[in-house]
Amino acid sequence: MQLTDPRRAAPAVTTGGTPAPARRRRRWRGRSLVLNLVSIVLGVAGWETLALLGYTLPTPAAVARRAGELVADGTLADDVRASLRRVVLGFALGTAAAVPVGFLMGWYATARALIEPWIQFFRTIPPLAIIPLAIVLMGIDETPKVFVIFLAAFLACVIATFQGVVDVNRTLIDAARVLGARDLSIFLRVVIPASTPFIFVGMRVGLGSAWATLVAAELIAAQSGLGYRMQSAQLYYDLPTIFVGLISIGVLGLVMDRLLLLVERRVTGWQERR
Amino acid sequence: MATPKISVRSVSKTFDLAGHELAALQDVSLDIADNEFVTVVGPSGCGKTTLMNILAGLEEPTGGHAVVDGREVSGPGPDRGVIFQQYALFPWLTVRRNVEFGLREQGVGRRERRELADHYLRLVGLEQFADALPKTLSGGMRQRCAIARAYAVNPSILLMDEPFGALDALTRVNLQEQLLQTWNEERRTVLFITHDVDEAVFLANRVVVMAARPGRVFDVIDVDLPYPRPEEARLSPEFAALRNRVWRAVHHQDGGPAVVPQPSVPTA
Ligand SMILES: Nc1ncnc2c1ncn2[C@@H]1O[C@H](COP(=O)(O)OP(=O)(O)OP(=O)(O)O)[C@@H](O)[C@H]1O
Ligand SMILES: [Mg+2]
Repeated sequence: MQLTDPRRAAPAVTTGGTPAPARRRRRWRGRSLVLNLVSIVLGVAGWETLALLGYTLPTPAAVARRAGELVADGTLADDVRASLRRVVLGFALGTAAAVPVGFLMGWYATARALIEPWIQFFRTIPPLAIIPLAIVLMGIDETPKVFVIFLAAFLACVIATFQGVVDVNRTLIDAARVLGARDLSIFLRVVIPASTPFIFVGMRVGLGSAWATLVAAELIAAQSGLGYRMQSAQLYYDLPTIFVGLISIGVLGLVMDRLLLLVERRVTGWQERR
Repeated sequence: MATPKISVRSVSKTFDLAGHELAALQDVSLDIADNEFVTVVGPSGCGKTTLMNILAGLEEPTGGHAVVDGREVSGPGPDRGVIFQQYALFPWLTVRRNVEFGLREQGVGRRERRELADHYLRLVGLEQFADALPKTLSGGMRQRCAIARAYAVNPSILLMDEPFGALDALTRVNLQEQLLQTWNEERRTVLFITHDVDEAVFLANRVVVMAARPGRVFDVIDVDLPYPRPEEARLSPEFAALRNRVWRAVHHQDGGPAVVPQPSVPTA
């Protein structure tokens, strides 16, 4: 599996490539922020133009008005709360299960041989395809939705964690051994810290995957949440509501990803950047 | 000689390489006395690292015995400190915590740990960088940190595998002197592996020259220069003569005509 450095995959808000002096970097960051804003304004203007030209699109103003209504009557807040609850729960459970399982697989060849076929098999099934089965087995309440999100987050994170453990530098383990460390201590003081960067990559992939799965799950089977709101708006041809839903999903996903990135920078700041 | 600190007795190590066997070490014997500083030079692939790994307890010999303090080596132990070529600092720990790593493994209390770490950081001149992360250190500083970390657990033996191999000539010479100084202040038995003939002679009581295919001891050359060795020691005729001897042993192992190299003036 190919793991990319999330910092390099991040959009151009951070500076790319060569290490520049701090001042130049700060100036560039300011300029790129301005460019980001310009780009957003241009995009909205383009959207407005298309709507005015007669394409079946609500105008930005209509969407903003609808958003105001949905905020005012509390619908948006309820939907966001319902969606976030599912994603946070599923993601937290998935990650919490993935990290120990990934460590087990990386540390014990037996565990790896026993677990890996299942992981590889379930990885080939999109979590959404599990929904019909989950609904039959678990009923129509929250459980099947949280379960598929859990699955999505778990699969993304378990493989990254496993990879992290396998990739721990042999010399670091030898260095710990010659300093008197035994297995347990090597695991706690070398293997775990050395694999945290990988775990974070897995968590970020898992979060994206959980979020995508959540919305799809709500489109199929839910009585609340952003996906459900869009689904029912579709029945009434209520385009502004659909737009509000889409924008909320995008913004929430972005915010969660940035938060995780912030934590990651804190925890794995010791890494050498090349 | 009294009982040797380290005794390598007819040690062999063969690796199984897809079908054929490779003799990394064949019948290597070597005794090292307490507080001796022995350097090992030899061409790439002659088994230097393998020999060190066996003494460190990271690998097992396929034949013969590696004996330390009268006991056969079975696994790593805090009596033998190892310094790796690639520094091998824990990148998530500060310099001080790296030095404290082994002490914590031995259950040394926090206060004492800190005192010892600070003592050894001073010894290698890194006291101002105690709270820095390894990524902010230069190669030479990293290696000094690794030396402090190995010293901190108070091993009676230090095994060093080309510790200065990746450094520029100037840093290298500085660290060689600093290592000798550290060793003068706190004597240990040292086995120091290197590619560099100058380094081998400057540091050692005794230079062991190895040959490759199969890996074996080719020659052992005594260095009768007194310690402490100031920088000027490198310029003495005795030093030049020894360097020539070692150089010939390393580069003319087939017994061909020995060409005496012109002694070059070392970089100061
Ligand atoms: N784990 C291993 N598996 C197979 N062969 C090995 C292994 N370790 C070492 N060898 C082989 O044993 C021989 C000696 O290796 P070693 O690393 O001890 O050499 P060296 O003298 O340290 O070389 P260098 O100066 O390049 O570091 C080499 O031919 C190497 O290919
Ligand atoms: Mg080597």
